[in-house]
Amino acid sequence: MPNLTIDGQQVDVPVGTTIIQAARKLGISIPHYCYHPALPVAGNCRICLVEVEKQPKLQISCYTPVAEGMIVRTNSPKVLEARQNVLEFLLVNHPLDCPVCDQAGECKLQDYYMKHGLYDSRLADVKIKKEKKAFAIGRTVMLDQERCILCTRCVRFTENITKTHEFGVFNRGDHSQLDLYPGRKLDNNYSGNVVDICPVGALTDRDFRFKCRVWYLEKTKSVCPGCSQGCNITVEWDKMRPHIQKQARVMRLKPRFNSEVNDYWICDKGRYNYHFIDENRIVHPQFNKESISWEQAMDILAGAVNSLKISKRMNRIGVLASAQLTNEDLFVIKKLFKDTLGGALVDFRVPEKPGESDEFLMKADKNPNTAGAEIILGSDTKPQQIVQKARQGEIDLLYVFGHDLSQLFGKEAIYQISKNVKLFVFQGSNVNNTCNYAHLILPSQVYAEKEGTFTNCQSRVQRIWPAFQPLGEARADWEILSLLSERLGSALNFKDPRSIFNEIAATIAPFAELTYEKIGDKGTTLAK
Amino acid sequence: MDNPNQKRRQELEKYFDVQGPFAFLRLAQMKRAWRQGNRRQLTWWENTYIPTLISGIWLTSKHFFRNLGFHILHLVGLCKDVRAAVTYQYPEQKRPLGLRLRTRHRLTKREDDSPRCVACMMCETVCPARCIEITAAEHPDPNIEKYPAEFILDLGKCVYCGFCVEVCPEDAIRMDTGILNTSEYSRESMIYNKKRLMEE
Ligand code: SF4
Ligand code: SF4
Ligand code: SF4
Ligand code: SF4
Repeated sequence: MPNLTIDGQQVDVPVGTTIIQAARKLGISIPHYCYHPALPVAGNCRICLVEVEKQPKLQISCYTPVAEGMIVRTNSPKVLEARQNVLEFLLVNHPLDCPVCDQAGECKLQDYYMKHGLYDSRLADVKIKKEKKAFAIGRTVMLDQERCILCTRCVRFTENITKTHEFGVFNRGDHSQLDLYPGRKLDNNYSGNVVDICPVGALTDRDFRFKCRVWYLEKTKSVCPGCSQGCNITVEWDKMRPHIQKQARVMRLKPRFNSEVNDYWICDKGRYNYHFIDENRIVHPQFNKESISWEQAMDILAGAVNSLKISKRMNRIGVLASAQLTNEDLFVIKKLFKDTLGGALVDFRVPEKPGESDEFLMKADKNPNTAGAEIILGSDTKPQQIVQKARQGEIDLLYVFGHDLSQLFGKEAIYQISKNVKLFVFQGSNVNNTCNYAHLILPSQVYAEKEGTFTNCQSRVQRIWPAFQPLGEARADWEILSLLSERLGSALNFKDPRSIFNEIAATIAPFAELTYEKIGDKGTTLAK
Repeated sequence: MDNPNQKRRQELEKYFDVQGPFAFLRLAQMKRAWRQGNRRQLTWWENTYIPTLISGIWLTSKHFFRNLGFHILHLVGLCKDVRAAVTYQYPEQKRPLGLRLRTRHRLTKREDDSPRCVACMMCETVCPARCIEITAAEHPDPNIEKYPAEFILDLGKCVYCGFCVEVCPEDAIRMDTGILNTSEYSRESMIYNKKRLMEE
């Protein structure tokens, strides 16, 4: 293990580590554009220059391996001057676009200019302009070649991560420009990530473009509910002016680094899967299409359950839970329908068509919590049986969590269900076709409004955090069920998701001894 | 109990019952009564109102003759640096405004009458009253890229600080219209949109 000194601090790192990585270990950040921890080193932006003692020239810290006894200075006058000069070169042909550039506020050119640049312009010639200004290069991304600093991060991303090879740098010198290979379009499943890795505003997100300024955004850690991979994300939302974007609060989703799950990336499906949070929501409880209060809704529901309970016909309750729910929600479903009431038919495995998948992140199972549902709920019946019974009128209370039955079982089936079942309850966050047939509709919260945990396909439990207040009167699924249990006179007494999780940990073996603290930001794998 | 003030105070305290609940309200009443009770009686001479009449006439004529004197001196070119009062027949006649005075905002235009504003939202960000709301959109011309689809400025909230003008990188918003009478009959009509801000 070579031992070296950086800015007077000693550090031990394995052979082959580069100076920039060693410095990062010490908490010293060296400015960089082309270096990215997940991509191979290119060493072309030259801003990470550092002074290494006994070497005549400055060295690029992203490509210089450490050696025993090396003495590195990252902020000597020579280094600072070099940094300023490199920045001046990078900005020679850079347009003054910050006012219209979506990157402004999180742009490394702006940041480093304010920190290390601050020189007066010496440019006497006119800036070289590219033929085209911003243009779309695919479904998701806009390219502005004038803003590009040719760091080739995006090129290396498409070469090494997606292996789709869309980008290249063409021409030489002043005329070099980043472009797609002729006849290509950027339309792989991970195209949105190039926007994240581009250190400047050359690649911008078409979906996010001009919606708001990045400094308006609040950020909340979360987990993508788009598939069973459970990529870590941050929900970025606008607190001050949702009315401008048709009441939409969430502006964009960004990947959150987790080396165990998704590294620095997320797929496009997940990235743009946020519109449902603000659109098409159910905001009030409804009975036969009339808005009612929660009190009334609970009266109806508890009345139906109670009458079945008194006549001891609990097997005439069918519950279609969902793997979209958190572990906490599922546990309360189990507690209420399986343990407390006993005998109800509960399952979550509706026959969904497998979605798009690939070898990298995207999984065919589009539910974030299938593994958790399997552990917590298990399965004794089949959803098909429950639906069959409901169609034949052998079930009096059908409780559906968010599924669109008309899509899964056909229009005919759902029509029969709504006719033959005495009380058809739909509990979900968004309006779908099933709502037209359900008798009682209960609004629940989306993942960005509630707290809880998901278990992904690697059996990794990961937390989600509430970003903002729920829309309308929506309540968390566990909360609705706790209310119901109170009405039934067998209160479950759950105060918050944390207390539910503690009980999960106490009663379900794979979760043993876990707490929210132990799960932390990055999640933890369940015991086998 | 020979001090008459003390005696009177006690009488009042008893009358207003300043010890009970809501004593603070009664205390205020008591104080008012105390003040009235302590008012000095006018003398016979004061009761004729002649002294106050004279002092009023004196004050008005002092200003009148001072202004008259200085205006005559100004006419013959003397005492130019001493100012004398003038009357403007507002609203028919308006006072000249200082060049740096901040008056109602306007959005400046390009040659083709489109707004210069590029919807950078700097003014929206800096505005301490949060009275600007911009909806940005993609401009058909890729060289302009971004433009304000709507620009709302709520004059009912604006504090006329001028930060928006100062921060604008495009000289797109100015407070130089000279319009001071922005009063309206409703709050809604104090809200200016892009069109209204661009009217001459
Ligand atoms: S890339 Fe950065 S420096 Fe360039 S215009 Fe955009 S915000 Fe400004
Ligand atoms: S587009 Fe962005 S990431 Fe790609 S080379 Fe240019 S600056 Fe780098
Ligand atoms: S003058 Fe001040 S308060 Fe009024 S719009 Fe401009 S920044 Fe806001
Ligand atoms: S600061 Fe100027 S250019 Fe930017 S949004 Fe305001 S008026 Fe428009």
